[in-house]
Amino acid sequence: MFKTLTSTAAATALSLTMVATGAQAGETVDSVRDKGYVQCGVNTALAGFSAATGGEWEGLDVDVCRAVAAAMFGDADAVRFTPLTAAQRFTALQSGEVDVLSRNTTWTTTRDTSLGLNFAGINYYDGQGFMVRKDLGVTSAKQLSGAAICVEPGTTTELNLADYFRANNMDFEPVVIENTTEVTAAFFSGRCDVYTTDASGLASARNVSAENPEDYVILPEIISKEPLGPVVRHGDDEWLDIVKWSHIAMIQAEEFGITSDNVDDMMDTDNPGIKRFLGVTPGMGEALGLDEKWAYNIVKQVGNYGESYQRNVTEKLGLERGLNALWTDGGLMYAFPIR
Amino acid sequence: MTQNQTNQAAANPVMTLLYDKTVRSIIYQILVFGGVFLMGWYLVNNTLTNLEQQDIATGFGFLEKEAAFGISESLIQYTPESSYGRALVVGVLNTLKVSITGIILATILGTFIGIGLVSKNWLLRFLGKTYIETFRNIPLLLQLFFWYSVVTNAFPSPRNALNPIDGVFLTNRGLYLPVPAENPVWTAVLIALVAGIAGFFLLRKWALKRLEATGEVFPYLSVGLGVIVAVPLLTWLVSGAPTELNTPELTGFNFSGGLNMSPEFFTLLLGLTVYTATYIAEIVRSGIQSVPKGQNEAATSLGLKPSWVMRLIILPQALRVIIPPMTNQYLNLTKNSSLAVAIGYPDLVSISNTTMNQTGQAVEAVVIFMSIYLSISLLISLFMNWYNKRMALVER
Amino acid sequence: MTTLIESQARPTGGTASNRSLRWMRDNLFSSPVNTAITLVCGYLIWQVLSTILSWTVFDASFAATKDACENISGACWAYVHQNARFILFGTFPEDEQWRSVLAIAMLISGVLISTNRRFWSVGLLVGWLVGLVVLYFVLAGGVLGLERVDTAHWGGLTLTLLLAVVGIGFAAPLALMLALGRRSEMPFVKVICVVVIEVFRGVPLISVLIMASVMFPLFLPEGVTVNKLLRAQVGIIFFQAAYLAEVFRGGMQAIPSGQYEAADSLGLSYWQKMGKIILPQALRLVIPPTMSTFISLLKDTSLVVIIGLFDLLATTKSAINDPAWRQQFLEGYVFIALIFFIMCFFLSRYSLKLDRDLKQGMSH
Repeated sequence: MFKTLTSTAAATALSLTMVATGAQAGETVDSVRDKGYVQCGVNTALAGFSAATGGEWEGLDVDVCRAVAAAMFGDADAVRFTPLTAAQRFTALQSGEVDVLSRNTTWTTTRDTSLGLNFAGINYYDGQGFMVRKDLGVTSAKQLSGAAICVEPGTTTELNLADYFRANNMDFEPVVIENTTEVTAAFFSGRCDVYTTDASGLASARNVSAENPEDYVILPEIISKEPLGPVVRHGDDEWLDIVKWSHIAMIQAEEFGITSDNVDDMMDTDNPGIKRFLGVTPGMGEALGLDEKWAYNIVKQVGNYGESYQRNVTEKLGLERGLNALWTDGGLMYAFPIR
Repeated sequence: MTQNQTNQAAANPVMTLLYDKTVRSIIYQILVFGGVFLMGWYLVNNTLTNLEQQDIATGFGFLEKEAAFGISESLIQYTPESSYGRALVVGVLNTLKVSITGIILATILGTFIGIGLVSKNWLLRFLGKTYIETFRNIPLLLQLFFWYSVVTNAFPSPRNALNPIDGVFLTNRGLYLPVPAENPVWTAVLIALVAGIAGFFLLRKWALKRLEATGEVFPYLSVGLGVIVAVPLLTWLVSGAPTELNTPELTGFNFSGGLNMSPEFFTLLLGLTVYTATYIAEIVRSGIQSVPKGQNEAATSLGLKPSWVMRLIILPQALRVIIPPMTNQYLNLTKNSSLAVAIGYPDLVSISNTTMNQTGQAVEAVVIFMSIYLSISLLISLFMNWYNKRMALVER
Repeated sequence: MTTLIESQARPTGGTASNRSLRWMRDNLFSSPVNTAITLVCGYLIWQVLSTILSWTVFDASFAATKDACENISGACWAYVHQNARFILFGTFPEDEQWRSVLAIAMLISGVLISTNRRFWSVGLLVGWLVGLVVLYFVLAGGVLGLERVDTAHWGGLTLTLLLAVVGIGFAAPLALMLALGRRSEMPFVKVICVVVIEVFRGVPLISVLIMASVMFPLFLPEGVTVNKLLRAQVGIIFFQAAYLAEVFRGGMQAIPSGQYEAADSLGLSYWQKMGKIILPQALRLVIPPTMSTFISLLKDTSLVVIIGLFDLLATTKSAINDPAWRQQFLEGYVFIALIFFIMCFFLSRYSLKLDRDLKQGMSH
């Protein structure tokens, strides 16, 4: 009897202390620092953005996570990846299973507010498109009335699709399958006439998953704006700052013309902006609560945005910079002043 | 806690009290209650803190908001303008649709195999056993993936559709069947059918009563079935016998018109039926074998016709053995229909999943679909208990 | 079954052939209807068998590379050749693969030993606990110079067996508590146990898994996270315990009330009565139904593919989605269907044997 009583008391006390510690250790930054690595949610398989080839994760989205790890720990490999389906991603972030979600996620009002998320920037400006088999003879999305359309659930794509067909008074039959790989497999097996997702995703599917890429054509209509970027949860602004500026640092480096190859030479520059950026003139690291060499580590170990884009998107998917070029080249990528 | 302190203060009388059975049981219960309560409070409190800290929306207000996503098949009117609440209702109905059809088909298939298992023919028994061992020992989800791959890969695209019978098309978008064109007559026929079925049961009641009272046999089964067929048929003939059909036609990408059975629904139905039938067959077999041979012999020697022996002697006794495990299988089938989410059939779980992601309200969505499943389970077992009681009364 | 075995074992020739003729007449051609059934069944079997055999063997290519599969109408077993390692062990590091194999061996022997009554003792319980710890380190590494392997890389058959065996291992004691609670005379304890059992039995496993993977983390304070694999495992344990509790309750109900009364009249306490009189008899009775619960569990673990764990089914699906092998989906599914079939079939036969042993033991 005494045993039962004491053990119950002990259990109660334990649970109470757990509540207490839980309330105190609210900060994501602290918990990341304690762990010694960043837990990053990525797409299960989306060539060019996040794909595990030979056990190594690579892609544009993956590089954001590596940049954050480089800024935090000076080591771009201090990151672990959790592959997530579209449907799992937000709960995984909300519940703390991942610290940052970098999984081609569109910035929308609902997600920013009622889902309790914060977008830390935009690493890819995208838009939703349609892909069909060439032999169907379709040339415009306006001809798609009555088609069976493959789409991933829990995405903005699913909503835009319904909106677009409603706006154009057309019908469609949604074929909703979770997981990017599964939905593309269903499309290529002929279950649907059309596959819709972000244009980059279509290119990724066609170049990587199709047996004969020439058999498929991406229709000219882009029916939505899809600003994709890394996301963190509400409640820790310091962590938001770190993710936000790690991402901006990559764009800034490209604006400065700093690459992973020339970053060491750049340390000797006279340009005050670059000196501040690379931590030769201290201050920025301290402001973020990071090592002064944070930006240097990002560029040295991950590269600038242009390098990452070239390595992942251009080489793997054959997509030009387009909207994702620097603002000086007519694109939308624009780094905020680091000072 | 106070118990503990008084304990030390006055050891002896309290110790004897502690060994008292009722006191003990009360203490145990308080402990369990306390533990459960603390645990529950701890979890709820954490959840609320987390939700609040991260500004995640809560409450069931989202049910009235516009869902804005499309659903491929629905028994009721649904468009992307409909609310999340309506989308969930569509999900429930889709779950019920596949479960009920599956239960009927699995029962038929399972009964046939079950009868085959008690056959005198060795080869038939062997066939039945092989069927059971094969489909029972492979996970249902794997079977679903398998059938789904076969359906989507092996069947041709709509433009090269298989056309086995006039008006019937088989494609990788599903099976298209012609249905009677819309006509008020069909509503009347449906009502007549319901009336016919009601008539059948009334007739049966009367026939059994008469049998008990006078011993005279009235062939209610054949007459009754005749009524079920004749009443709607007459209604149809009297109202002009419309034969116009709504035949599926290839328009643009897909067939339109007629009745479409999607590959997802077909796969799920096939998988559930084939898998559950293995269990039902075993139940039917043990039910039949549970009736002693003597019963059969005794009834025959009383001069009853073989069909009457089956209906009046064997079946009522076998059913008493069969019904409880059968209920379980029906429940299992209903619960297994949730695997729909894996192949993209819009059942309750898969629509809840989408809702969860579009609104971000995981807790609410999970609570909703779990309580719906619980209610379905409870309803089926209540109904089956009621039916079971009725069957048990026959024993007297 | 017995007729089947006898008829196969019987040698042909001499009087034996007469006997087998008689057997055929009795069992296959006793009446015109029976003959018709035999012919139809024979035709069916022939059709199915010839299709299966020509696909798997006669028209198939057994070469190790895909090139040999062109112009082949049957199976392309190169698929299994190339992907077997991935399907069986997931992304577990190739050099450390022996650890996966060892884990599988440990799990299987654990089941076989535990279901044999001869090994039932306190030692077995200790063995389980020690075994689980060892198993964890075999897979996770980090000690004795073993490379650390993150749980994210545990996959394939290893994960399937791990979820099932650890699931039943922990579900059993929990189920015992629930079953005792449900039969208890204390109303509050009883109500809680009934609610837990009925709720878990009333919902599909997939909803429990979704809850474990999506909702459970919100239950915990911020900063406290539980590994995804562990969460799914806990969900499986609770689900399984609810079903097993009903099996155990059935066993306890099967003990004649005289046993309870006798124990009470000897003045035994509740725990003495249960521990020394009722449970030893009841648990013996429930081995076969427990085995069939375990078999369903083994099949049900495949559901974790839906919440993104890398079990046997998930590795196969992902191997199939490789564009180079997309036409080979049948080979992939047939391969793991065979694995599941062998495991489940063997276990159900084993359970029948245990059942027979049990009946013999009782009649002595």
